[in-house]
Amino acid sequence: MRDATPTRSASDSPASAVKVMRWDPGEDAIEVKRSPAPGALRSTWRAFRETARGLKTTFGRIAEGPVTMQYPEEKTPVYPRFRGRHKLHRFEDIPQHGAQAGLEKCVGCSLCAAACPADCIRVVAAENTPENRVSPGERYAAVYEINLSRCIFCGYCEVACPFDAITMGHDYELSDYTRSDLIFTKEMLLAEPIERTPLRQEGE
Amino acid sequence: MSSGPLALVGYFEPAWIQVLKAILIFAIALQLVPIVLIIERKLLGRFQARYGPNRVGPYGALQPMADILKLLTKEQFRPTTSVGLLFAVAPVISILTAVAAFAIIPFGDVQDIFGTKVGLYGVDVSIGPLYLFAFGAVAFYGIMLGGWASGSKYSFLGAMRGAAQLISYEVSQGLALLGVVFTAQTLSLTGIVRAQGGMWYIVPQFVGFLIFLVAGFAETNRAPFDLTEADAELVGGYNTEFGGGRFASYYFAEYLNMLVVAGVVTTVFLGGWLLPFGIHPPGWVDPFVVLFKMSLITFIFIWIRATLPRLRYDQLMSLGWKVLLPLATLNALATAIIVVATH
Repeated sequence: MRDATPTRSASDSPASAVKVMRWDPGEDAIEVKRSPAPGALRSTWRAFRETARGLKTTFGRIAEGPVTMQYPEEKTPVYPRFRGRHKLHRFEDIPQHGAQAGLEKCVGCSLCAAACPADCIRVVAAENTPENRVSPGERYAAVYEINLSRCIFCGYCEVACPFDAITMGHDYELSDYTRSDLIFTKEMLLAEPIERTPLRQEGE
Repeated sequence: MSSGPLALVGYFEPAWIQVLKAILIFAIALQLVPIVLIIERKLLGRFQARYGPNRVGPYGALQPMADILKLLTKEQFRPTTSVGLLFAVAPVISILTAVAAFAIIPFGDVQDIFGTKVGLYGVDVSIGPLYLFAFGAVAFYGIMLGGWASGSKYSFLGAMRGAAQLISYEVSQGLALLGVVFTAQTLSLTGIVRAQGGMWYIVPQFVGFLIFLVAGFAETNRAPFDLTEADAELVGGYNTEFGGGRFASYYFAEYLNMLVVAGVVTTVFLGGWLLPFGIHPPGWVDPFVVLFKMSLITFIFIWIRATLPRLRYDQLMSLGWKVLLPLATLNALATAIIVVATH
């Protein structure tokens, strides 16, 4: 074992380390400068000094104050583009939207479901009729479910959506007691979400 | 007024006062430990840039109550390999010696309370430091028996380390106190405090103070010398197999020991109940002065715990034997020469 590690014995002097190496290290060989081994008095002083330095460091933490987020009471603000729980959108109920106002943006094209790598979106489309017009398009999503226990929050669905009907919200507090409770239906996704997550302000 | 054998050693208080004082001191010690407990956890939190416990009660002040309640309601159990009687007795020894050592810490001078002279201490023994070391050595039996009687390798290793640690540190601790004893020319702790009227011994005996403090960390098995517990390698050391009330007893004893060392440092090096700059407050202030100084030392204990990593076993030994012991001996010798030369 001993002769198998020639670099170990050579590490004392960098000049010999260069000689031992089997290839030309070129400019990579640097000279390691070591301080002389301290004597008894010197090492005692060094231990004392380093201890004092450590004490100063820990005391600095007291002076700094805690950095803890008291989580349920105060929450880390999220960035505007944070990908949290999905939202489905309607056309806003404003005159500019004309006849579309109040209708769902989703036309049941299933592109989100196709784009989803976790396969957690289920869309069942149905035809719009003049009596029952849900979306401005030909069809609408009769069933729109996202299984949030499978979702990986990649945001591909909102990228895939041609009508910006689905976007990622800011809510990340998604724990629940049963798995079936984590399957969000269209009504849940359309409902105005409770804003539980603070948004990060400019320069924060 | 005085009677009985205690009168022979200059003891002046009637028996009922002594009983009252014993109860009072135990009660005070019992209250101090949870306070130190919560303060330590809060301070450790602050040292690590977090809050520490803050959920139970206002600012987490009732956390030790919750802890104690939890421990006391736990099931009593012991491993099949343990030695029953010793397993039960060991924590008791730990507590007993800690409280006994607490008795000699003077919280104030002799006071005149309603015409009765009462010393604000458990007992003013004329052999102060010796009494202390005696109980320090017996306290170790609590750890040793506990570790051995557990019938567990971890506990046994912890206890063995404790034995080696005690031997290597108690010598330098004793020698560190020797300088003070030479200068004060008395072994009574109240006498040592009175001798510090001119100057606290921390100034002329600074080396002794440092040695005593370091040895005190080792004596109370606290970081960076908590090798007997060493959670990382020995699980919990001597108290691995203890749970519930028995574990609580060990915990109590550990913190009380810390308070005892803080009290002794206060008494011996920080002038006990004396205030600097010639301030002489009324007698009832004395205990608060002592408690304040004790809390300073306790703060240092916690500060060190938050800062220094645990020493390796051989480092501990070499520090004890190669650094502290020669230093303490030199300190004692130098003090002796100076005392003889100036008298």
